[in-house]
Amino acid sequence: MGQRDELLQMSNVDKVFNGSVEALKDLNLTVNQGDFISLLGPSGCGKSTALRLIAGLMRQTSGQIIWNGGLNEGDLGVVFQEPTLMPWATVEQNVWLPHRLRGKSMDDVRGDIMWALKMVGLENFQKSYPRELSGGMKMRVSIARALVTQPRLILMDEPFAALDEITRHKLNNDLLMLRDKLKCTVIFVTHSVFESVFLSDRIVVMAARPGRVSAEVTVDAPYPRTEEFRTSADYADLCRKASDALHGAMNQHGERASA
Amino acid sequence: MSVSDMQPPVVDLEEQQFARAKRRESIAKWALPAIMLALAIYSWDRIVVWNDIPHYILPRPGLVMQTLTADWAMLSDALWVTLKITLMALGVAVVGGVGLAVLFTQSRYFEMAFYPFAVILQVTPVVAIAPLIFIYVDNRLAGLLLCAWIVAFFPILSNTTLGLNSTDHNLRDLYKIYGATRWQRLRYLQLPTALPYFLGGLRIAGGLSLIGAVVAEYVAGTGGIGSGLAFRILEAGYRLNIPRMFAALLLIAVTGVVIFTLASLLSHALLHKWHESAIKREN
Ligand SMILES: Nc1ncnc2c1ncn2[C@@H]1O[C@H](COP(=O)(O)OP(=O)(O)OP(=O)(O)O)[C@@H](O)[C@H]1O
Ligand SMILES: [Mg+2]
Repeated sequence: MGQRDELLQMSNVDKVFNGSVEALKDLNLTVNQGDFISLLGPSGCGKSTALRLIAGLMRQTSGQIIWNGGLNEGDLGVVFQEPTLMPWATVEQNVWLPHRLRGKSMDDVRGDIMWALKMVGLENFQKSYPRELSGGMKMRVSIARALVTQPRLILMDEPFAALDEITRHKLNNDLLMLRDKLKCTVIFVTHSVFESVFLSDRIVVMAARPGRVSAEVTVDAPYPRTEEFRTSADYADLCRKASDALHGAMNQHGERASA
Repeated sequence: MSVSDMQPPVVDLEEQQFARAKRRESIAKWALPAIMLALAIYSWDRIVVWNDIPHYILPRPGLVMQTLTADWAMLSDALWVTLKITLMALGVAVVGGVGLAVLFTQSRYFEMAFYPFAVILQVTPVVAIAPLIFIYVDNRLAGLLLCAWIVAFFPILSNTTLGLNSTDHNLRDLYKIYGATRWQRLRYLQLPTALPYFLGGLRIAGGLSLIGAVVAEYVAGTGGIGSGLAFRILEAGYRLNIPRMFAALLLIAVTGVVIFTLASLLSHALLHKWHESAIKREN
């Protein structure tokens, strides 16, 4: 795979809420160009907090987050657990949003919008309203909106958690295809060991109270990964490995709680 | 294609019942109120006839309609005056209510400072304030307008404020990530979110501005040219012209219904494409 350029560096990041809740403690994470990183961990271990810090929605209590080359407009795309679409706007107007907020007219960026919609397979739904779409399609619109500025980094916070298994598998496959085409970097938060192994090349396992990195699992299976990978012995082995790491993280938490 | 593919679609018994119930309901929706209304008017007429009630106590519906046409010149003038005050008050209530709501959401401190005044205006009955208003405000039209506005603006203010503050928190984060300005957030996110709330407030305010206009005119009391329906009712009352009272009352009621219907239609026109309240679902 070769050495990748560094994109983002989080060093010794702490985040304390209300002066007492240690959401993150001494978090260190290096994100390289082209990485697909999954953040895996129990509820409340600070995964969303880490994403929010990277997105600049809040500031860390201490420590540093450094972007290689600085953070410029359009560098970030975000996908939340809910599709988070504006119900009064059509699909294309929703995808227009990141550009629109930078003062670009629909006509200027129609090409980008169509490109993004084509990427997620919704080029025939530009004029539809969100309520006319299924849950999976809404999520695709949300992904198209994140892609439309061709960001350097895409943050995804449990984007498929609310979908049924079949739709989730389909979107997993499509996400990998997209990522292969665009060579973008992704940080993907999930609760699912299987999803994290299928998608990522690095799994960062986090532990709670205080939130921190507990282990990192490298998934060295080659891309492209298809449905065959899901049933392969390699996949099963890697899932076991990630699962063990996750249980390790949860037990650390248990020891602390009972101590 | 085989023959079996050509058969008409299967409609089971439950579906048939369901379709029939739906058809029946859609007819009843219009027919039932119309029949009940006709029945009520008819029994009103019968009660007057059977009991020999004199027309200066309770006129027959027919007489009310006769009076309405006979006095149409005077009554339509009065209707126009009341309508004008009502619509102007509603207009000012919309501008003032939405404007204040926007200011409230731009600054928490502004809201803290001025919300109490809005509440005080709202909870004090307009009949109690009106006499004072007519002492201080020389222009009669301005006084009437002010009274009607006081009654009408609060639902718009409170509904719109609620709407502007009801934006989805993830969307708010998204706007922040993409570096939206205050103005962009207001225009593209908060105002559309507030639209259904505002329209709900508008429906209430439409009725209230009519009430405000009528009540204010009762209090103002002066007549002559340029007086509205409320004054015509008062005047007809003094002269024991009960049929004319009913005719004027009828005009007020119809005006209220028309305003409410227009507001509902507007609401439907603006929301039917996307809002849950306007979406008809099966079952
Ligand atoms: N704004 C906030 N104010 C106070 N505490 C917060 C805030 N946001 C998060 N926390 C706390 O910080 C901790 C980490 O929260 P976070 O949402 O990052 O967890 P998470 O790993 O994303 O959990 P989940 O898997 O349930 O989404 C939790 O204990 C949470 O209660
Ligand atoms: Mg979370």
